[in-house]
Amino acid sequence: MPVSADGTANGSLAQSWRIQRRVIWALLLREILTRYGRHNIGFLWLFVEPMLFTVGVTALWSATKSVHGSNLPIVAFAVTGYSSVLLWRNMPTRCIMAMEPNMGLLYHRNVRPIDIYLSRLILEAAGAGISFVVLTLFFHFIGWLAFPEDVLEVIGSWLMLAWFGAGLALFIGALSESSEAVEKLWHPAQYLLFPLSGSGFLVDALPVQAQHYILLLPMVHGVEMLREGYFGSQMVAHYSFAYMAIWNAVLTLLGLSQVRNVSMTLELE
Amino acid sequence: MICLDNVNKDYLTRVGPTRILRDVHLTVRPGERVGILGRNGAGKSTLIRLVSGAELPTSGVIERSMSVSWPLAFGGAFQGSLTGLDNLRVICRIYGVDATERIGFVEEFSELGIYLREEVKTYSSGMRARLAFAISMVIDFDCFLIDEIVAVGDARFHAKCNHELFVKRGDRAMIIVSHNAAYIREHCSRAAVLVDGQLHHAGSLDEAFAFYDRTTAIAA
Repeated sequence: MPVSADGTANGSLAQSWRIQRRVIWALLLREILTRYGRHNIGFLWLFVEPMLFTVGVTALWSATKSVHGSNLPIVAFAVTGYSSVLLWRNMPTRCIMAMEPNMGLLYHRNVRPIDIYLSRLILEAAGAGISFVVLTLFFHFIGWLAFPEDVLEVIGSWLMLAWFGAGLALFIGALSESSEAVEKLWHPAQYLLFPLSGSGFLVDALPVQAQHYILLLPMVHGVEMLREGYFGSQMVAHYSFAYMAIWNAVLTLLGLSQVRNVSMTLELE
Repeated sequence: MICLDNVNKDYLTRVGPTRILRDVHLTVRPGERVGILGRNGAGKSTLIRLVSGAELPTSGVIERSMSVSWPLAFGGAFQGSLTGLDNLRVICRIYGVDATERIGFVEEFSELGIYLREEVKTYSSGMRARLAFAISMVIDFDCFLIDEIVAVGDARFHAKCNHELFVKRGDRAMIIVSHNAAYIREHCSRAAVLVDGQLHHAGSLDEAFAFYDRTTAIAA
């Protein structure tokens, strides 16, 4: 079986994996270049932008002494809350209508829609993650923020939130290819979900009846978990790991099947 | 070898799925040059995209046991906000080849000079076409897919492209789609005619041209 430089003769799983990694890496670098260019601070914008958001919200909440139903430090509250919002909000936003600007690349057989989605998701997760870590270290360094009590739990819940964001992004992103209404609806939806997402309050501070309803939203579980990892000894967290995991898994499956649909019905030009 | 077996392709339109290609069979062996003639809208570009693997068939099987290029001389495959050089790097990364040792060739062949380091959106259509052709010669394939390549640049550049493609890569398989019978006659050893999504095979080049003339005459 002749395989030339592009190595495309249908091969083993290992070979497919190698090609996929190569393609995603190529798309990742290209995405960084097209989004941030080589001007001023270049790719540093990747995490400086989300950092500015988080710092802004932290400042705003501190200045207005936001009522969040606890006596936890506002900085810790804002950093954990807003960092999680960035994940589930920006990932879908970046995946909506993602095919059109990439039509040219889809002419190359090894570039599939899933590669475009994955490269964008990796980039968003990296930006939000780096900004989260840098801010945690920075606020810790200047003494505004105690170090997380349980680093492993923080990492675990952050990954759960990232998985949620990725599943939601695949689903909504791929769905937007078949209906423009998806894009129109996502904007108000994410705006309305923000105050309900648990980033601005502790579930424990809500009336019991409201807790029941708010915990239907999967991202609330992630934020609660994240905060328990951060300052669990100062709060009572309400969450179910299994509930969120089921949501994530279902969204991922729906998302992947929708992406497959995009692949099958792709029309170039 | 490339083998299309009973390939159908539908596109979704407002009135439901519309069949663009029906029951297409095609076999291309290593080194063979196959021309596919068809009028505008016959499904030529769709066929070439299916062969390239960029789009998937609605039903049927496409097998490739040799490496196949993307549809060549397609000028739109660029990111306008990137420089010509960055576009080259993206393509090289996708195909897993080293870009640095190929920059020289692209620089020389595309004749873009300092513009290779400018954003592609500042290029004229001729410059884009030159860059596109140069980049598509950078990756090596067993089979090249050529979609109406005739319009690349001026006569001198055109001759240069023909030399690069048909002389230097004379041993490769090629599938050339065109509505231009003379172009197919010049470069192909075998031809088929695409009419309303159906691919008609002919015994010889002359038979194919005669058949193509009849179908265009009927339409006219």
